[in-house]
Parts: sequence; structure tokens; C-alpha cells
Amino acid sequence: MALLEIDDLHLFMRSFEGEAHVLNGVDLAIDRGEIWGVVGETGCGKSLTGLSVSRLVATPPARYARGAVRFDGTDLLRLDEAAMRRLRGRRIGMIFQDPTTNLNPVFRIGEQMVDVALHADGADASVLGLPSGASRRARKAAARDLAIRMLDRVGIPDAAGRIDDYPHQFSGGMRQRVLIAMALIGRPDLLVADEPTTALDVSVQAQILRLIHDLVRQDGLGVMLITHNLGVVAQICSHVAVMYAGSIVERGPVRAVLKNPTHPYTRALIAAIPSAATARGTLKGLAGSVPNLIHAPQGCRFANRCDRALPACREGRPATVEPSPGHRVACNNPAGEAA
Amino acid sequence: MSAVAGNIPSSAAAARLQNWRRGLYRFRQSWLSVVGLAIVVLLLVAAIAGPWLVPYPEHVAGGINTGARFKPPSAQHWFGTNELGQDVLSLVVAGSRVSLLAGLAVVTLAAIVGTVVGAVAGYVGRWVDEALMRFTDLMLTLPSLILAMAVAAALGPGIANMVFAIVLSWWPGFARLVRGEVMARKEEVYVQAARALGASAPRILFRHILPNIVSPIIVKASLDMGFAILTVASLGFVGIGVKPPTPEWGVLLSLARGYLPDYWWTAIFPGCAIFLAVFAFNLLGDGLRDVLDPRARR
Amino acid sequence: MLRYTLRRIVLLIPVLVGLSLLVFTISHLLPGDPVKLAAGPQATQADIDSLARELGMDKPLPVQYWNYATGLVRGDWGQSVLTRRPVWDDLKVFLPATLELVFAALAFAVIVGIPAGLLSGVYANRWPDYLSRVVSLGAISMPRFFLGLILQLVFAMALGWLPLGGRFPIIDEPPPALTGFLTIDALAAGQFGAFWVALQHLAMPAIAMSLSPLATITRMMRASTIEVLQQDYVLTERALGLSQKLIVFKYVLKNAMTSSLTVIGLYVGWLLGGTVLVETVFDWPGIGLYATKAIVSQDFMPVMGVTLAIGTIFILSNLVVDLLYGLLNPKVRYE
Repeated sequence: MALLEIDDLHLFMRSFEGEAHVLNGVDLAIDRGEIWGVVGETGCGKSLTGLSVSRLVATPPARYARGAVRFDGTDLLRLDEAAMRRLRGRRIGMIFQDPTTNLNPVFRIGEQMVDVALHADGADASVLGLPSGASRRARKAAARDLAIRMLDRVGIPDAAGRIDDYPHQFSGGMRQRVLIAMALIGRPDLLVADEPTTALDVSVQAQILRLIHDLVRQDGLGVMLITHNLGVVAQICSHVAVMYAGSIVERGPVRAVLKNPTHPYTRALIAAIPSAATARGTLKGLAGSVPNLIHAPQGCRFANRCDRALPACREGRPATVEPSPGHRVACNNPAGEAA
Repeated sequence: MSAVAGNIPSSAAAARLQNWRRGLYRFRQSWLSVVGLAIVVLLLVAAIAGPWLVPYPEHVAGGINTGARFKPPSAQHWFGTNELGQDVLSLVVAGSRVSLLAGLAVVTLAAIVGTVVGAVAGYVGRWVDEALMRFTDLMLTLPSLILAMAVAAALGPGIANMVFAIVLSWWPGFARLVRGEVMARKEEVYVQAARALGASAPRILFRHILPNIVSPIIVKASLDMGFAILTVASLGFVGIGVKPPTPEWGVLLSLARGYLPDYWWTAIFPGCAIFLAVFAFNLLGDGLRDVLDPRARR
Repeated sequence: MLRYTLRRIVLLIPVLVGLSLLVFTISHLLPGDPVKLAAGPQATQADIDSLARELGMDKPLPVQYWNYATGLVRGDWGQSVLTRRPVWDDLKVFLPATLELVFAALAFAVIVGIPAGLLSGVYANRWPDYLSRVVSLGAISMPRFFLGLILQLVFAMALGWLPLGGRFPIIDEPPPALTGFLTIDALAAGQFGAFWVALQHLAMPAIAMSLSPLATITRMMRASTIEVLQQDYVLTERALGLSQKLIVFKYVLKNAMTSSLTVIGLYVGWLLGGTVLVETVFDWPGIGLYATKAIVSQDFMPVMGVTLAIGTIFILSNLVVDLLYGLLNPKVRYE
């Protein structure tokens, strides 16, 4: 049993124009020590998948129609709110895209970190490691010490001196470090990072990625790293899942998928990455657009853009092929070596 | 050349129509705005046809009936009678005319003065803007009710004097609003196009800018209407402006004060009339804001 | 911060000069001859002329303004032509009464309005929200003097719980003056009985005054709560397991209050000018009642004094709001 198992997850989202079928049978399993990159273009459902892991999608307007999100064997979608909350911040940590807007601007960073640490300790007293009768004051002091240690671990210079600073006193990269420290302060087993480097300067992105990589390797965390950048995946992920229009079309060990992309969409995605070797004028885009998810087509949702589409692709769910162990592709007419 | 300049606003007009439709839909969605509109229509009917509708028109004209003093509410006198035996219902209905007329006059005049000041300041800019806006800000620091009371008292009784006094403290709000809007529109493409085509400043201001900022002015005017009615009643209540026997709600309320608590109906009904009128215009104004000013969502 | 504060204070001077010039100009543009009024109906032209000389009102207007403005700085705000009492002395008596009323009204508005707006925002478009929106729109529309009358009718006349009006029983000895706020003075002197009596007198007028700030604070607070709840940092706080209670009452509250605070400060000046009607209804001996009496008898100096005092407090409270805003919101940096 893997740490996180997302099983045939279907999510509908009510909107002005109707109900959109935004997650269409997402299947994904993440174990401790694995860093999964979830890639896809904007609107493919990768962020909603990440939010579903912490059950942070507001229902309504959203509605889970089918499937399960099992964490350590428990289906989170059936958990009551109090039990769900005990997992957040303690066993599941989250980092979001824009570090400039994800820290509360009118509170010192220490204050916010201490509250998260106290919450995590409330869910599991081993976080602060104090005896059960410890006073509130002692717990606060311990939480503050832990916050300083965490800031130090994520590479904030003079952590003890900066813990009482406000968010605006840090640079964007430093703020993302603070948010990483805050997400990891409860010693989670799973980290969901939603585009953690997209809003940062290119020069800072690599540092933050390395930091995440090193920290999760030290602690043996399972990671879901949501990104639209295959370069990021290649740098730090052990596995990758490619999403298109609400489903995972291809997934597997990062080496297998990048070396032998088998789904036509994955191939198009890789072909669209410019490299130094790309000749001028040969950069490839993908024709057509993502189908309307309110009246989603039957069958494979990529069929209308796919140059390998067969009549069967428009009928029912595409078949699954497995070009190599663990490398699974949902396609009736796969490209690459499996074909 | 002028055909080109004319084309740009016409597409803007289409967009305005589109906004109108969406706004109207939102207005009907919000039942509170519809309630407000209904009360306002009722008030308008009362103000226009009131003297012919009421059961005792002679009381509105100042007639008294000493035989029927302080009758509590009954089938003959729904709102009872006052210290002069006058039918309170007749007086309250007739009072809508003074309040609505004075309120409308205040808001219209203030909107005109404020728009002129604000438009000139915003369009001309530089020291003209600086001078006009410093003056406007200073006017805003003055306590408006006290200023209106002092001016109305000095000018002597009468509705026109009272309206003038209230307008004196009311225009700066419009001036600020219009200046901001004009400054924002000044930089827009269709204005710059008109300027490049050689349109004169007044033409740009009146043909291209003002038609596009009518909506926020109307929204503010409708929201202000309630408070203008309130201010008129306030002046009447302290005995400045409208004097008895003119049936004005504030005046009626102030006369009734002396007969509390025994003859409460003489005070409650005029007071409720003021509240209802102000409330209705506020509801309406809120709804209109949704219709005309989609940026200012609640 | 200190330099910024000092600069703002220096910049106040031209504004205050402009304010005094404006008040002076308006009062001299108005028809009516205050000297003639003061001299009485039997006075001859000679009597009027000598009174004008005595009051300095025979000089050219610029000279009169100069005398008036320099007098303001020295604490000579002119005198009432009717009572012959210095306006400054009257203001010292009446202004604290009005300020006590205004602060009590604002305190009530904040205590009720901040939580009401917060809950309204948290439960946006559900019944607590609809209730608070209709009530606050009603509160804004309610004439203060009418609410005052209803309160009197119910709590003073029918139930007899609260005094009909006034600030303190005339026959009783008020607590020793310290701040001019009777409630605070009574507490400072340890006279709890007097404090209770003063509070009973204060209750109804303060509630009548608090209606419009209450409604405005509720609406502002609702709007900013809704806005804050959509911020990314609230999602982060939720994602890291903080409870709804902690998020709303600690993290959201402080963010939302920062913008609502501006309104509270602006209301100080605004309410000062709006006490007139409530003071009339409750016979509250403040500047509003003082101004009304002066206006009715066309006694200009007290009216000018009251207008200037309110305008000055309005300007000062705006400054305080700006400075406080910086303290509450660390992102605002002063150049």
C-alpha cells in the first residue's frame, strides 16, 4: 500500500455555464521517498488534484462524483473535518506558487510558523516532544525554537534574528524558503508543492528546487510536485505523471517516460521544449485547444488534437499499455517503442 | 476623419448596452432593489397626486378641526389626528412632496456644480486642479449639517434658501468623484484619438468624456437622494428652513415631540415616513450601482 | 517615521489657515448683521456703531481676518455677541461632552460592527449575511433624531429605565473635572455611583449616534473580510491545518480591520458635526446644541468657533488614521 493513492477520482465543478467534469478518473500512487512530478498545461486539473489531497477544494461549487483519495489507507474524502485538519500541516504539508502572496502580510513570520507548529503538535505531541502536561507557554517557546531550527535548515541566514521580521522584509526566494520551512515544520510524510518555483527569478528557481530535493531526501518524504515545466521534472523528480484535460495520460519513472514518451500528448509536450540545439523556426506548438469540459467528448479527450487518433479513440476510454514496468500509458495507438 | 472619431464611441455604446442588459438582470435578481424601486414609485405617486388622494385635503392646506384633537388611529383617521385635529395621514402623504422635491433639487444642483468643478479640475489639471481640489477638500472638512443650518438660518425661511444651503455643502463629493473619473478617462484611447483629430477641449469633455462617466454620477445621485431627504428633514426638525404649517416630515416630527408619550402616533408616522423614504432610495441606489457600475461589486 | 510625522504636521499649517479663511469668508458673505442683532431692537445707529467699534467689526475685512486669525492662535476665538462670553471658554466646556458622546458611539459601533461584519463576510450570501446587510442598510437610513425619540419613548417614558436627557442630574455634584469625560472622570475619582449615572445618561444618545458608523463599519468589514478570505495566505493557513476559528479571528480579522480602521478614524470628524440632532433630542450639553442655539440667534462667533473646532479635529483625526494605518500595516513604508 502506497502512502498516497488517488483512485479513479472524478470531480465536477459547477460554474456559470454549467457543470464541468474537471477531473476525469485520476489514478496516481505516491510512496515515501518518491518525488512525483505532475505536469500538464494550465487548466488540466493538476492543481485541483493537489488540493484534493488536502481536501481544500470547496464543495460546493465542486463535487466529488466518484473515486477515493487514500492516505495511509484512509479515504480522505470520507473523513470528518476535524480528522482531516489533524492531517494538514502535520502529515501533509503544502507549498503554493507565489511566495509574495502566501504569507500573511500583517503577521511576523515567526507568529505564523509557531501557530502551524502548535497545531501540528496538537495533532501529534511528538512534533515538539514535550510531556503531555506542558504549559502553553512552554509549548510556545518550544514551537519558536523549532521554527528557528526550521528556518536555519531551509537556509535563512541569522534565523534567530529574522524570525520576528515581516514577510515584506524578505526577498521572493527567501519567502519561499520560509513557506517551505512552514510546510515542513510538522514533519509531514507527504509534501504537495504546487508550482513552487514558477513565480521566482530563474536564478533562484534552481536553489529552491535543490533545497526541496535535499530536504525531502533527508526525511524520506513522498512529494507531489505540480509544475508545467518538464525541465523541473527532469532535474529533481523520480517519477512523472502527465495530465491532460482531467486525466493522467502517461506516468512512470522519470527516466522511462522522458526517454521513451509514448502518449502522443507527452511527445508533443516534450517536442515543444526549446533547447540550444533547436533550429530557428522549428519550434513546435500543438494545434487545436483543450476540449470544453462542460460538454466533454466521449472517449479520449486528446483525440481532437491527436494526429494518431483512431475511430475507437472517440468511443470509450482508451486502453492502458505498459511499455516498461511501472510506465503506464492510456492510449489506443501509442507512439514510441511500445507501438 | 470625423467618421473615424465617430466610430469609436459607437462601439463603446454597444458595450454600454450590453452592460445595461447584464445590469438589469442583476437588478431583478436582487429583490431588495425591486422593493426599493416599488417604494420610490409609491412616494412619487404620493408626491405628485398626494393632495388629491388624501382623505382630508383641507388639513394639508392648513385647515384645523379643534373638535377632533389627538384622536388615536382609527378607521376615520388611520394615523390619528394631531394637536390641531388635523389628519396625520393626510399630512404625512402631503409631506412627501416637500421632501422629494427638496431632495431632488439638492442632488441635481449639487451634481451639476460638482460635475463642472470636477470636470474642469480633472481635465485642465496643473494649478487649476490643485486650486480647485484644495478648495474642495477644505469644504469637505466643514461639518456639513452645521454649515447648512447656519446658511439656511442666515438666508431666512423658505424651501429655496434651504436647498441652496444644503447644496453648498453637498457639491464637493460630486466634484471629487467626477475629477477622478475624468482623470481616468482622459488617457483612454478614444479621447486621445479625438484630441489627435483636433477636437476642442470643451467638445472632448462634453462629447467624449462626460457621456462615459454618467453612470457613476447617477449611482452617487441615487444613493445621495436618501441622505438629502434626511438632511431636509433634519433641518425641519431643528426648526430651520421649512416652517409650519408646510407639512414637512421633520417639522411634523418636531411638533409632535412635545406630545410624547401620550400621543405617540403624531410622531411615529412622520418618522416612519422619513425612514421609509431614505431606506427606499438606499435600496434603489444599491441596486443601481450593480446595474451601472459593474466595477464596484459588493 | 518620525520625520514623516513631523512633515505631515508642518503641512497641516496651510490647511488650517485655509480652513480659518474659508470659515471667515463664508460667515461674512452671509446676509444678516450680527452687530445689529446683538445691539437689540431698541438700539440706535450710534449704539450699533459703537458696539461694532468695540467688537472690531468696523475695520476692513482683511484686518478683521488678521485679528481673528491671530486671536485663534492666542486662544481668543472671539466672543458670543449675545452672552458676551468668550467662545474658547464655551468650547472648553461643551467640546468634551460632544467628544465623549462621539467616542462612546464609535466604541459601540466598533464593538458591534467589527464582529457583525466579520461574520457577515464569513457567511457571505447565507442568512447571517442577509440579516446583517438589511439591518445595516436600515441603520444607515434611520434618522438619528427619530431613533432618539423612539428610544426615549421606550426606555425613558414607557419603561423608565434610563433618564430622558441631559448629561448628569443637575442637583448632583459631578465628579471632579479631569478629562471632561464624565464617565472617565468618575472612574478616576473612584465614584462608581456617579460613573453608573453618567453611563445611563450616555447610553441612549450614544446608541442613536452610532447607527451610521455601525452600519458603515459592518459593510466595510464585510467587504474586506470577503476579500481577505480569497487571499492566497488564507489557503496556505488552511492547508497547514490552522483551525477556522484561528484563521478567522486572528489572521483574517487583523487584515480586514486594517482597512476598516480608516473609516473609524474618518468618522470622528464626521460624527462631531452630526451630533447636532441627537444633542437637541437628548438635551446633551455639547457643541451641537451650542451651535444650534447660536445659529438660531444668528450669533456668528460661536458658529465659526464650532465649525473651526470640528474642521480641525477632522483634519487631525485623518492624520492620526494615516499614522496608525502604518503601524497596523507593516507594508506601508514612510518616505
